[in-house]
Amino acid sequence: MNTDYLVNILLLMLSAVLVENYIFSKFLGVCPFLGVSDKPDTALGMGFAVMFVMTISSAATWAVYYGILVPFHLEYLETIAFILIIAALVQFIEMFLKKFIPALYGALGIYLPLITTNCAVLGAALLNIQNGYDFIESLAYGFASAAGFTLAIVIFAGVRMRISFADPPKVFRGIPIAMVAAGLIAMAFSGFSGMSF
Amino acid sequence: MSKYSFKDFKAQLKDGIIDKNPVLVQMLGMCSTLAVTTSVINALGMGLAVMAVLICSNVFISLLRNFIPKQIRIASYIVIISGFVTAVQLLMQAFLPELNKTLGLFIPLIVVNCIILARAESFASKQPVLPSAVDGLVMGIGYTAALCVLAAIRELLGAGTLLGFKIMPDAFEPAIIFILPSGAFLTLGFLIALMNKLMDIQKNRAAKKEGNK
Repeated sequence: MNTDYLVNILLLMLSAVLVENYIFSKFLGVCPFLGVSDKPDTALGMGFAVMFVMTISSAATWAVYYGILVPFHLEYLETIAFILIIAALVQFIEMFLKKFIPALYGALGIYLPLITTNCAVLGAALLNIQNGYDFIESLAYGFASAAGFTLAIVIFAGVRMRISFADPPKVFRGIPIAMVAAGLIAMAFSGFSGMSF
Repeated sequence: MSKYSFKDFKAQLKDGIIDKNPVLVQMLGMCSTLAVTTSVINALGMGLAVMAVLICSNVFISLLRNFIPKQIRIASYIVIISGFVTAVQLLMQAFLPELNKTLGLFIPLIVVNCIILARAESFASKQPVLPSAVDGLVMGIGYTAALCVLAAIRELLGAGTLLGFKIMPDAFEPAIIFILPSGAFLTLGFLIALMNKLMDIQKNRAAKKEGNK
């Protein structure tokens, strides 16, 4: 393995975290982003659960796509295949954690089933294929984009804590003011788009 | 089972577009809402694609509602939905390749669009076929309407055009921010606030009417 390849992977990861942040520039995973970002703790829990599932699912979907779908010319079934893999994987991880690592299960608990319908997970799987990444790149990309998701959701949870003490107009309370805050953070993140790798 | 009348249809229509608007009131399907509303054409295409999937999946799930075991219902819904999404995706690739390219990832991601699963779980799995089909239609209209309004604002302010035609005078300097991701969040925030305001006014008026009686 040469250094060029490693540098390439590192740049890929950095750009997935900052430049192409899943929430603030790609709009993937906005539903859980709005749903569970009330407190930094819960946001961090959700973030770790997503990181865990997304890394594994990136590997699994890559393997299934190039191992099964391509040889049998079933590429058009990728959406169905991937969502099934993700759903099964989430279920499996849930059972595994419950049995062997109860502490982690307790921490991630309620967030795990929600991940099946998190579009970031399916999005990462589809993007891996679309961008033609190899296995290592897919793994790195899945992990890094989930890390970017976690970064965004934790920052946003902190901001929302502060908002909860503020006194916005009545019609703005709740989601609308959160949206405006997200817009401002997205503006900050768009500063990264100047750095192209 | 009572007969499905026009009055039921009207009530459902109002629910879908205003009272229970999937985007502006229920806050479902935010990802695609924010992502595709850079232009009205994209919004319209996405809205129609979601509507098609929503109607088909609602009808199908309603037909099968007595056969799907309760424990595995979510998994079965997802399989049914992803089947229709794949069909829509292939049709778009064949007939609307341009639109398919701009919407890109968000067509396959209709599978995990919360609107569809939410309607399957809360409506189609309990109701007969006709109301379910209508529910798919009206929720689809509500989603499309919300998307188009959002996209119209963003396109007009961010590019000075509407449906690709130049609307604003030459002196107007497009505010690029509205096309950028942050503009999506800001515009949607204000739109939801506006919706809250309208709902408030409506509620107050209804309360006043009650008071007068």
